[in-house]
Amino acid sequence: MENKTTRNLYTIPYVIWIAFFVIAPILLVLYYSFQDINGDFSLTNYRNFFTPIYLEMTLSSFWYAFLITLIALLFAYPTAYLLTKLKHKQLWLLLIIVPSWINLLLKAYAFLGIFGTYGMANTFLETIGIGSKQLLFTDFSFVFVSVYIFIPFMILPIFNALDKLNPTYLDAANDLGASRWTTFRRIVFPLTIDGVKAGCQITFIPALSLFMLTRLIAGSQVITLGTAIEQQFLVTQNWGMGSTIAVFLIIFMFIIMFATGTKRRRARG
Amino acid sequence: MKQLMRLAVVIIAVSAILLVTISRLNVSQGYSGGNTLTVYNWGDYIDPAVIDAFEKETGITVIYETFDSNEAMMTKIQQGGTSYDVAVPSEYTIEKMQEEDLLLPLDHSKLPNLKNIDSRFMDLPFDPGNEYSVPYFWGTVGIVYNSKQLDGMTFDSWADLWDPSLENKIVLIDGAREIMGMGLNSLYYSLNDTDPDHLQEAYDKLVSLKPNVRALLGDENKLLMASGEVSIGITWSGDASEIMSENEDLDYVVPEEGSNLWFDNMVIPKTAKNVDAAHKFINFMLDPKIAAQNTEYVSYSTPNKEALQYMPEEMVNDERFYPSPELTDRLEVYENLGQENLAHYNELFLKFKME
Repeated sequence: MENKTTRNLYTIPYVIWIAFFVIAPILLVLYYSFQDINGDFSLTNYRNFFTPIYLEMTLSSFWYAFLITLIALLFAYPTAYLLTKLKHKQLWLLLIIVPSWINLLLKAYAFLGIFGTYGMANTFLETIGIGSKQLLFTDFSFVFVSVYIFIPFMILPIFNALDKLNPTYLDAANDLGASRWTTFRRIVFPLTIDGVKAGCQITFIPALSLFMLTRLIAGSQVITLGTAIEQQFLVTQNWGMGSTIAVFLIIFMFIIMFATGTKRRRARG
Repeated sequence: MKQLMRLAVVIIAVSAILLVTISRLNVSQGYSGGNTLTVYNWGDYIDPAVIDAFEKETGITVIYETFDSNEAMMTKIQQGGTSYDVAVPSEYTIEKMQEEDLLLPLDHSKLPNLKNIDSRFMDLPFDPGNEYSVPYFWGTVGIVYNSKQLDGMTFDSWADLWDPSLENKIVLIDGAREIMGMGLNSLYYSLNDTDPDHLQEAYDKLVSLKPNVRALLGDENKLLMASGEVSIGITWSGDASEIMSENEDLDYVVPEEGSNLWFDNMVIPKTAKNVDAAHKFINFMLDPKIAAQNTEYVSYSTPNKEALQYMPEEMVNDERFYPSPELTDRLEVYENLGQENLAHYNELFLKFKME
């Protein structure tokens, strides 16, 4: 009996936290989204969202988030696989994670220098004979920097999944004559799919609402839903429209969470 | 469990010690005493030595805080968390703040130095009779260009930007009013135009500029222009003079079709606790010698006529930053267009960026 009351006592901070910092803000966003520019109740914001300009913006946000996630995954999986085979794997993993401790803004400014006309990237391109290119303020640089920023978050869950993989399965597959490709396709990948899903979630969802990089690295030529929210709140001061975009962003995130949700049916050591 | 409790006790004890230390420090610096003045200004927009001089002369302790956009400043004053005594908003924000009843009227009898301000900067439409505000700095919006990188090309109008040889060379300010205003001005419309047809025309005109546009940036363009990465930028005169002092190849021009004339002004917000000290501060900043010193540091244009004689001659005679009255007559001040029109401006600007 006492055990139960103490347990209930422990849930109090959690409940307070969720109520004040998760549920209350979402309700506020929902409330503001039904206010038009004069503060009256209306559905105009929702109607505005379904105009070509915002739909196009939503599509382009999804497209860039998809590209970023896909490229990050293509690089992260082999890297994570390689890491599990190394001798001091925790140390190598740490080295990959360390850059993510540096502030995002600082990294973005660093790329302004690296990708500049007289920057390191162009000096390198010149030396190998390709000649200097305009790198800054292009789609390429935007996707490149975003992938660079998100890749540690993609590597970590995949690394964990691969690391937990029981090596006897691989031996068994080998003994039964499976080729390496078949082993990967039928054993390794299905068993690490949860890690891949988790990595994709952590990458795709923030990538949808990136806004600082769109200005610093893409020169405001890439417009995402995050940029639109920032502009509605800070410039237009139309909090209603900003909230409406945020509501849709929340809905999209829930859909993605459900679509890639990890079902805990297999209990694994 | 026991460990957790111990940890909690330690945290509470440390917090308590810090709290006591902070209040002690505040007392020793006079922050919690009555004689302080909280100034809320744009970043890097005052000579720190001027604040020291003011503190020495009056014995008032100045707490100085900065903001980076009119909107952010206004939101913070509205919420009233900190009691700001003096703030420095731009002209269209003053209209908005007046509408929202966020300003205190100025007592002109406490501001004898007001006579130093050039009469053409007094009694402007956004604040008739200077009831609430006193101009602090003013300037224009124009084109900064690196003639060395452009084979000696020079500019004198917005139309020059549409030159096909400038493909992918121009960096714009990421601001709806500035860029839509540029589009309107290039068609010889007013930059306060709200006629939807004119705005659509301006939008179409801007879209045809898109091949020449390399990026839309904020403060970063100062860095990129100074380093020679970018050869043409649209920016404010103050930023222009700052980067021109870093890179000699740069020049600045106010386009002949017309452009924006802007003012940043000192006001006393409703949140003020030390109204008397606020008046003293404003009057102090209007002193000719102080204004001259401050202008040399900030390098924007001062509206203080008497200060000009204490400033270096090449600065005062620079037509680019102290344009003649006939040029300033062609320039326009942003008016507060109301939420709905502003939303329309932003919608078009967003569409332009997505093109």
